[in-house]
Amino acid sequence: MSARRLRGLGAAAALALALTACGGGDDAATEVVTDAKFPAGSSMAKFNEAGTIKIGTKFDQPGIGAKKPGADAPEGFDPEMAKIVAAKLGIEPDKIKWVETVSDNREPFLQNGTVDLVFASYSITDERRQVVGQAGPYYVTGQQLLVAKDDDSIKGPDDLEGKKVCSVEGSTSIKTVEEEYGANPAPFATYSECVQQLLSGSVDAVTTDGAILLGYTAENPDKLKVVGDAFSEERYGIGFKKDDTKLCNFLNETLEASFEDGSWQEAFDQTLGEAGVEAPEAPTVDPCE
Amino acid sequence: MEILLDNIGKILEGFQVTLILFAGGTVLALVVGTVLASMRVSPVPPLRLVGATYVNVVRNTPLVLIFIIVVFALPELGIQFSFRLFAILAVGAYTAAFVTEALRSGVNTVQAGQAEAARALGMTFGQTLSHVIMPQAARSVIPPMGSILIALLKNTSVAAGFGVIEATGTLRELGRDFPQALYWLFFGIALGYVVLVLLVSAVFRQLERRLVVVR
Repeated sequence: MSARRLRGLGAAAALALALTACGGGDDAATEVVTDAKFPAGSSMAKFNEAGTIKIGTKFDQPGIGAKKPGADAPEGFDPEMAKIVAAKLGIEPDKIKWVETVSDNREPFLQNGTVDLVFASYSITDERRQVVGQAGPYYVTGQQLLVAKDDDSIKGPDDLEGKKVCSVEGSTSIKTVEEEYGANPAPFATYSECVQQLLSGSVDAVTTDGAILLGYTAENPDKLKVVGDAFSEERYGIGFKKDDTKLCNFLNETLEASFEDGSWQEAFDQTLGEAGVEAPEAPTVDPCE
Repeated sequence: MEILLDNIGKILEGFQVTLILFAGGTVLALVVGTVLASMRVSPVPPLRLVGATYVNVVRNTPLVLIFIIVVFALPELGIQFSFRLFAILAVGAYTAAFVTEALRSGVNTVQAGQAEAARALGMTFGQTLSHVIMPQAARSVIPPMGSILIALLKNTSVAAGFGVIEATGTLRELGRDFPQALYWLFFGIALGYVVLVLLVSAVFRQLERRLVVVR
């Protein structure tokens, strides 16, 4: 047997090992609770009896929530967290109905019942809490800057005065750089379009949560870099219909349990962790009103 | 309602940008449209071909696609402008195709005898067109031109997705800051567009009253 053939066999064996490892990882997902009991008439009992739940999430943010062309379900940290909550409600991951939500339609979708819960990099703000409920946070991140690798003029948010900065239209990130740092805002529909504008030199920087930006540097390490420390605090929460305190308590308890039993950590490592984001410490959830 | 009044300054700023895009787009569309219409009625076949090709390609392309070509492709070729100028280029180039066709229909309403008389006086094709045909053609196309410019005004909202914060972009920003007043904000911005469109129609009604040729 020639050396080359031996090497081939070795590679095949390694591949087989890798494949088994992958399968193992999937099996380790949170177990679905089969005998869940909830107070009669509560939202949890309703979801549990229906056996399905409508989850709103982003379909276009690598690492956070992204649906590949042709895939049935989105992948990312947000969908993983949604699966943990659904499991506690006794709902199998494949029974979840995924609905795409973008920054503009999350409140209307919750209000009119298009979705039951929103896991969509949904920053908790006081204004939003006037119209919808937000449980959590389950992840705290901060806004950073993505610039061209050879650009030394921008080292942090203080260098943004008069610079063209791209972010997604209607996002909180673009507001911060415009109002606090005097940047010239250039809103586009998606982060990938912003990155394209940065690569072609039409804008000087792209800004949003650091986790999202790192996903893009991983794709283009020779041309892009993330600079500066985080200069805002974004606390991702779970959106639900306003004034459902029982549901809020359930969500907070589920989150706390997931911080403790390691399923939160696992969800993070499998998604954002793979993109090179350092695992943060588990946040403390806000009390329900 | 209160939120609408509190943010009136920001909303007006947004509409100011909308008006800048509208004004720039109108100038570009009228100039390019007139040149192309002249080409389409000229006696030189290659010029006619250029005019017809432009109209057929641009008029049959969705506006968003034209924006993508302008905003994403031009910088790759080393052509770098501000996003506002890109937006003016995109809406102007798009509307020029419609202006061309409206003007051409106007040219067809001018009786052939007019051109023949001009030629008998010794005018060149250019002189005939600019002194005799186009002034009459322009008058007869005032109503359709009004509709084209109203469409242009509303089309500037596409720029909201391409780096420009105009009225529609302002709506997005305010919707983010005040989700509890989304519907008020929506109606406020929609009302702004209606007011602008009514102004444009009023200007065109005046133009029509003063300039339309009586035959």
